[in-house]
Amino acid sequence: MSQSNEIKQDLIVIGNGMSGLRTIEDLFDITKDKYNITIFGDEPHYNYNRIMLSYLLSGEKTFEDTIINHKTWYDEHNITLHKGDKVIAIDKLEKTVTSQSGKVLTYDKLLIATGSNSFIPKTKGSELKNVIGFRTKLDSDTILELISKDKTAVVVGGGLLGLEAAYGIAMHGIKTILVHRSGSIMSQQLDSTGGQLLQKNLETYGIEFKLNTTIEEISGVDVVENVSFTDGTSVESNIVVFATGIVPNTELANSATLDINKGIVVNDHLQTSDENIFAIGECAEHGGNTYGLVAPLYEQAKYCAKKLADVESDGYSGSTLSTRLKISGVDLFSAGDYMGDETTEELILLDEKVGVYKKLIIYDDKIIGIVLYGDTADASWYLKLLKEQTNISDLRTKILFGKSALSGDSGHGGDDVSAIADDEEICGCNGVTKGCVVNAIKEHDLKTLAEVKTCTKAGASCGSCLGVVEQILVDTLGDEYNDTVEGICDCCDVGHKEIKKCVDTNDFTNVYDVFKKLNWKTEDGCIKCRPAVNYYLLVKYNDDKYKNDKRSLLVNDRVFANIQKDGTYSVVPRIWGGLTSAKELKDMADIAVKYDVPTVKFTGGQRLDMLGVKKEQLEPMWKDLNDAGFVSGQAYAKGLRTVKTCVGNQWCRFGTQDSMQMGINLEKLTWGSWMPHKFKIAVSGCPRNCAEATIKDIGVIGVDSGWEISVAGNGGIKVRVTDFFIKVATDEELYEYVKAFTQFYREDAYYLERTAHWVERVGIQYVKDALIHDEPRRKAYALGFEESQKHAQVDPWEESRKDGFTKEFSPIVIDTKNLPGYEAKEI
Amino acid sequence: MSNWIKIIEIEDVPLMGSRKVVVGDDEIVIFKTKDGSIFAVNNVCPHKQGKLSEGLVHDHMVTCPLHNWDIDLETGIVKDEDNSCTKKYETKIEEGVIYLAL
Repeated sequence: MSQSNEIKQDLIVIGNGMSGLRTIEDLFDITKDKYNITIFGDEPHYNYNRIMLSYLLSGEKTFEDTIINHKTWYDEHNITLHKGDKVIAIDKLEKTVTSQSGKVLTYDKLLIATGSNSFIPKTKGSELKNVIGFRTKLDSDTILELISKDKTAVVVGGGLLGLEAAYGIAMHGIKTILVHRSGSIMSQQLDSTGGQLLQKNLETYGIEFKLNTTIEEISGVDVVENVSFTDGTSVESNIVVFATGIVPNTELANSATLDINKGIVVNDHLQTSDENIFAIGECAEHGGNTYGLVAPLYEQAKYCAKKLADVESDGYSGSTLSTRLKISGVDLFSAGDYMGDETTEELILLDEKVGVYKKLIIYDDKIIGIVLYGDTADASWYLKLLKEQTNISDLRTKILFGKSALSGDSGHGGDDVSAIADDEEICGCNGVTKGCVVNAIKEHDLKTLAEVKTCTKAGASCGSCLGVVEQILVDTLGDEYNDTVEGICDCCDVGHKEIKKCVDTNDFTNVYDVFKKLNWKTEDGCIKCRPAVNYYLLVKYNDDKYKNDKRSLLVNDRVFANIQKDGTYSVVPRIWGGLTSAKELKDMADIAVKYDVPTVKFTGGQRLDMLGVKKEQLEPMWKDLNDAGFVSGQAYAKGLRTVKTCVGNQWCRFGTQDSMQMGINLEKLTWGSWMPHKFKIAVSGCPRNCAEATIKDIGVIGVDSGWEISVAGNGGIKVRVTDFFIKVATDEELYEYVKAFTQFYREDAYYLERTAHWVERVGIQYVKDALIHDEPRRKAYALGFEESQKHAQVDPWEESRKDGFTKEFSPIVIDTKNLPGYEAKEI
Repeated sequence: MSNWIKIIEIEDVPLMGSRKVVVGDDEIVIFKTKDGSIFAVNNVCPHKQGKLSEGLVHDHMVTCPLHNWDIDLETGIVKDEDNSCTKKYETKIEEGVIYLAL
């Protein structure tokens, strides 16, 4: 459906603020061709984020940071903006507007988004200069201009805005008094316990509170000089900021004889009493309510845009209000009916010392109100339960401890966002759900936080959810997150995905050809890119067709030993399945004695680590180990490290399967081939899981009827429990799955991506789809692994001794006796 | 006055690799970069004393194996960190043999 051939209609927007512009953005999402758009704004700025005023005042953000729509946006969309020009009259019969500068323009549709004005209650002296509200950039500028260290600033009103204003002023080291009419602050959003906790916190910023107090008189000749309070005290002051509420700005609509109540009365499609005139935001009244917070305004914008675009919708049905205080270091959230009455119940958790307070108001087994202070991590979850009127009777003993307490699952530690349901709202300001963000990232190929903000609006308003949004981005993209933005290193601008694709679709014989093809900025690459590209070539061609480039390997992979902090190495022979014998131990002990190994230690992978071996000792030591029947344990490798086992049914009275033998079989099956990162397997003989199989890359657990396979566990910085993969009845099936999973990981993951991170990036379902539900594919991967193994199962110790590589391990010793500059040192 | 000391045949230093030279208590490392150039520096990273001989060679640079500091072999100076450097030694090649100025 193209409307580009039709004549465009004229849409005029009065007000260049957040709700008006959001309506236009939402309209553009539906159609860009329907209207010629003209915007009038009485402030001399582009659309800025009024919610950020407190950060502007405190100096934590610059004005530039708060601009939502830059000049380029207006230009790109051919919007005519008259900033600093106020509309002074609407003629709804002629369908024209008249501006202060004398412009008269006709409209087909008119949108009034004039917002609200500060409400300054009648007070003695309130007409003096420097008695102001806190609504605009100008207010913030005025405050910043006036405040001075030897004068006290007075803020009236202990609501959201008043506290933010007081905080912003106090952050400059100015003595600030906040007067509030009732006995506890934020009484519109908080109960008294929450209010007291908040007050205590804010006092540490240097704000003095006068509760149950109002201003008696503001005195001065022209400007504020002194303020006296109803508690009998007075203070020398040069500025009084009123944050005592807002009044919808209805003046213009009133003179145009539109229906006015508290605000401009609108229907569910945000139309006023004149169907061609819409009103939105703080100036509008819907269902008897006016709103002063951004979330409801943005909700209204959606419906208003639909109506303007002639798209049918159910219409706006009012909003549940929730509030977050935007003061750095203060976590506060409230929503719904937070006070309750005699018919409601309260669930309360209070820890004054730590500063955590949570209160849920319950009616009829449903949450109707929320107050969170100090810990707002579960705010969106509670809000969802509230909005969906979920019956919480089953949850009530645990609900206050948060969502993570319900599952009792601490295994997937740290990843709070993965616990968020897709339909759960993460950005309260813009009503964006997690699912929206994830879909936008996937559909529009978004890579940066800025792109996500622009595309979804999540985090684009008050910004308090940006951390969560970023976490979702990281989770959705996995390693691609940083990589693709900047390239995998400074040498290039491409991510792993692109490099892999390039390697897959072209033929190369070495890493440098890949660099050339992809326009590397360096000749030789670096420590980050060269090993990665080398790996991708290796996994494509296998060891028989591509010679693993030793000079492109990290030190441990190159010298087949693990470098230690002092430059010596550790040597770990393979102990198949963790099973050894008296003879093997004796041989190893003899070798350790022979080379005077300073430290011998059992590893977590059930073998022996000989630490402190000098590089020149490696070759002879390897020879002795080879001669005694040992091969390299590859404790250095990006490849199979160990297969850990429990005793299993050979000895254990609980054992159901022969886990020791299976461990040996699996180690013999999987050692050798290089992988994206290290790889560990464990086999337990029964579900008691003594081999700790559930934190390995592959965990195998014996049960009476076969083997349970789980994958992608990790015991590192962030412990991750494996995901259950499949249960198999026979050993043969187990081998096939192990081979297929390993090969799929080798081919699909990015270099240096552990299975845990890979699976979290691609999703376990993706892996299951490839290997469980697609038998031919599974068999192909298993076959691919066997093919690779044919050439990879070579003991690197023996090979490097025989092909002469270890020659370079020996140092060149210069006899200092013949060096005049060097004195012979006594030993 | 420095002495030119005969060290090793140039072909015994692996391309993009290194050889360690022990002189009394000191260790000097000789590198051969991809373009065949020879460099010699003290075998100690100024950061945490990592053995540069075990590092990855790229362009005229070596990356320390311990914490990935890049050291410029032409100067011995740590990349992006002008205040740290490791000692650089002069080298010369005569008839396929590397000499070090000690």
